[in-house]
Amino acid sequence: MTLRHDDAPALPEDVLLRVERLTMRFGGLTAVNDVSFDVRRGEITALIGPNGAGKTTVFNCITGFYKPTVGRLTLQSGNGRFLLERLRDHQISRTAGVARTFQNIRLFGGMTVLENLLVAQHAPLMKASGFTLLGVLGIGGFGAAEKAAIDKAKAWLERIDLIDRADDPAADLPYGDQRRLEIARAMCTDPALLCLDEPAAGLNPRESLELNALLRSIRDRDGTALLLIEHDMSVVMEISDHVIVLDYGKTISDGAPRAVREDPRVIAAYLGVEDEEVDEVEREIEEAAS
Amino acid sequence: MAAPASPAAAPSPLIAAVKDAGIAALIALGLALPMLGLVTTQTQAGMGLVPHWDRVAIAVVAVFAGRLLLNLTLWRPGRRKSALAVPPKVEATLARTAKYLGPLAILFAIVMPLLPFTERYAIDLGILVLTYVMLGWGLNIVVGLAGLLDLGYVAFYAVGAYSYALLAQNFGLSFWICLPLAGILAAFWGVLLGFPVLRLRGDYLAIVTLAFGEIIRIVLLNWYWFTGGPNGISGIPRPTFFGIDFDRGPDGFAATFGLSYSPLHRILFLYYLILALALITNLVTIRLRRLPIGRAWEALREDEIACRSLGINTVNTKLTAFALGAMFAGFAGSFFATRQGFISPESFVFMESALILAIVVLGGMGSQFGVAVAAVVMIGGFELFREFSDYRMITFGLVMVLIMVWRPRGLVSSRSPTVFLKEKKAISGALVQEGHG
Repeated sequence: MTLRHDDAPALPEDVLLRVERLTMRFGGLTAVNDVSFDVRRGEITALIGPNGAGKTTVFNCITGFYKPTVGRLTLQSGNGRFLLERLRDHQISRTAGVARTFQNIRLFGGMTVLENLLVAQHAPLMKASGFTLLGVLGIGGFGAAEKAAIDKAKAWLERIDLIDRADDPAADLPYGDQRRLEIARAMCTDPALLCLDEPAAGLNPRESLELNALLRSIRDRDGTALLLIEHDMSVVMEISDHVIVLDYGKTISDGAPRAVREDPRVIAAYLGVEDEEVDEVEREIEEAAS
Repeated sequence: MAAPASPAAAPSPLIAAVKDAGIAALIALGLALPMLGLVTTQTQAGMGLVPHWDRVAIAVVAVFAGRLLLNLTLWRPGRRKSALAVPPKVEATLARTAKYLGPLAILFAIVMPLLPFTERYAIDLGILVLTYVMLGWGLNIVVGLAGLLDLGYVAFYAVGAYSYALLAQNFGLSFWICLPLAGILAAFWGVLLGFPVLRLRGDYLAIVTLAFGEIIRIVLLNWYWFTGGPNGISGIPRPTFFGIDFDRGPDGFAATFGLSYSPLHRILFLYYLILALALITNLVTIRLRRLPIGRAWEALREDEIACRSLGINTVNTKLTAFALGAMFAGFAGSFFATRQGFISPESFVFMESALILAIVVLGGMGSQFGVAVAAVVMIGGFELFREFSDYRMITFGLVMVLIMVWRPRGLVSSRSPTVFLKEKKAISGALVQEGHG
């Protein structure tokens, strides 16, 4: 059984993920309402919006934690074309190559930093161990595969500057290091698309700058496209190539960071309506009263 | 609890202690009045009540004095609480000694039956202890590594035992053919249990597995024509030394090897058989922990949602844990059947599941050495208290409570990492999750 959906309509060459008419309802509540956007290859796309706008729900639909009520999510990577709404969560990560991090960090706290990165390489290691059968008997190339996996983990630990803490339990790391480790762990699955849910939350300004550098290097060196939810506007404006703004489950703006920042609808969503509009509304009320 | 203000503001500690002890004594009075104070007896007119106020008085005085003593010493306000937590340094030393104690214990287990002063009783006890060590190690995969609370583990033990008994009796298959078959059948039942409980967590998982254990036992009890019902199955073929019987005849083990016949030969063979089976369980578990499947189990125990986001198929991972745990129980079950020669549903009651789970929890979930020590202590302790059978359960309960107070995560609570770059550091049990189902 193949998990690819190559008969689905092709996407333009530069588009990695196309979200079309995505709607998610929980009972009577419509968390996401008819949202469409593209994530392009080699770009950092930011998904922003006030609290409760539906950003994390969009994430959970893309990564398979929710099944969307309506909508199509097409991912077209080197491995083929996938309709994410038809795949199960672990298939989305393993086959389609979408990795994610979580708003509240979800590391394997009782396992070491190195073990965390090895768990992320479960699929290739599982294959190398002959789905455990050969591995138990000690036959096959599991030793070599594990060595390669450790080397890859080491390379990532050097990149996130945690190589000295490789043998410490992940729960012992400071908050900022845990954030970086979670990103490295997601990257160890070799994703085509990395989804980050508020990666800068709780970081101090210096750590935030380091994070920006890391995210840029993931985009440029690893060729992985990033989709991130972020509240920290300095991060969003600094690093993203493309910004999508959600409010009350709907897209209200979509474009380059500068254009989005000046979009009156975005300003209204974040800061309420502008002064002129307030005057306008007051005038209308007066007219109605007289 | 220190009183910073003037002593007049806070009541004197002595008065507070007496007051507290008085309240405890009142509670004791309320409990003791009906339970100790009144004894029913048979009289000519029917039922009569004989009061025993002296007992009530003794109980109340004992509670008052004991509580007062504790209030003034151990529970004195302002006394620093330190004795309970074990410092990490001690923890690390314990983990390090466990590394050397393990091989020593295995060596002792191998030579124990050959020592000159070992009696037959000790070997019998050794067989019993090793059976529970093996069951503990098997359950450790499910509970300790994968973090799935299984209260019906004895069901797989029963499946293994009945598989061997029925296959051997109806088809005349030998022990060595039945052993893997019993393991496979038990693993199959493990998967069968695994499917409905995949989405359950914590208490709900515990209840369903508990029910599963009871279902298996009740089916065995009522499926009369197949399992013999409450009469069980008797005359199960005894184990053979790869085809050679342990009997007095000319083809027996003793005659074949030119030894004089001794009933001890079979016991020794059984001892080494269960020792080998237990060591295989241990070896496989240790290997599995270092393979991706073992890491996936532990990751599942730590955080299931993160596992799903990393492409781990949690369904397969949980089912393999159930299946492998059940398989080892199946092996142990067929050993049990061949050792006893007779099995009935009586041997597979919930108490057995609870005992095996207690071994795993007291030993320290996930620790192979801790589980083995706990099995020796629990089963050996049970045997020591055989003569005081009235106090057996109360001592058992007391020991459990004490261990849970002093070492809430079991004897060996630290986790040893499966892979390391420079230095293997034990991970404190406080950081390791227990699993949520």
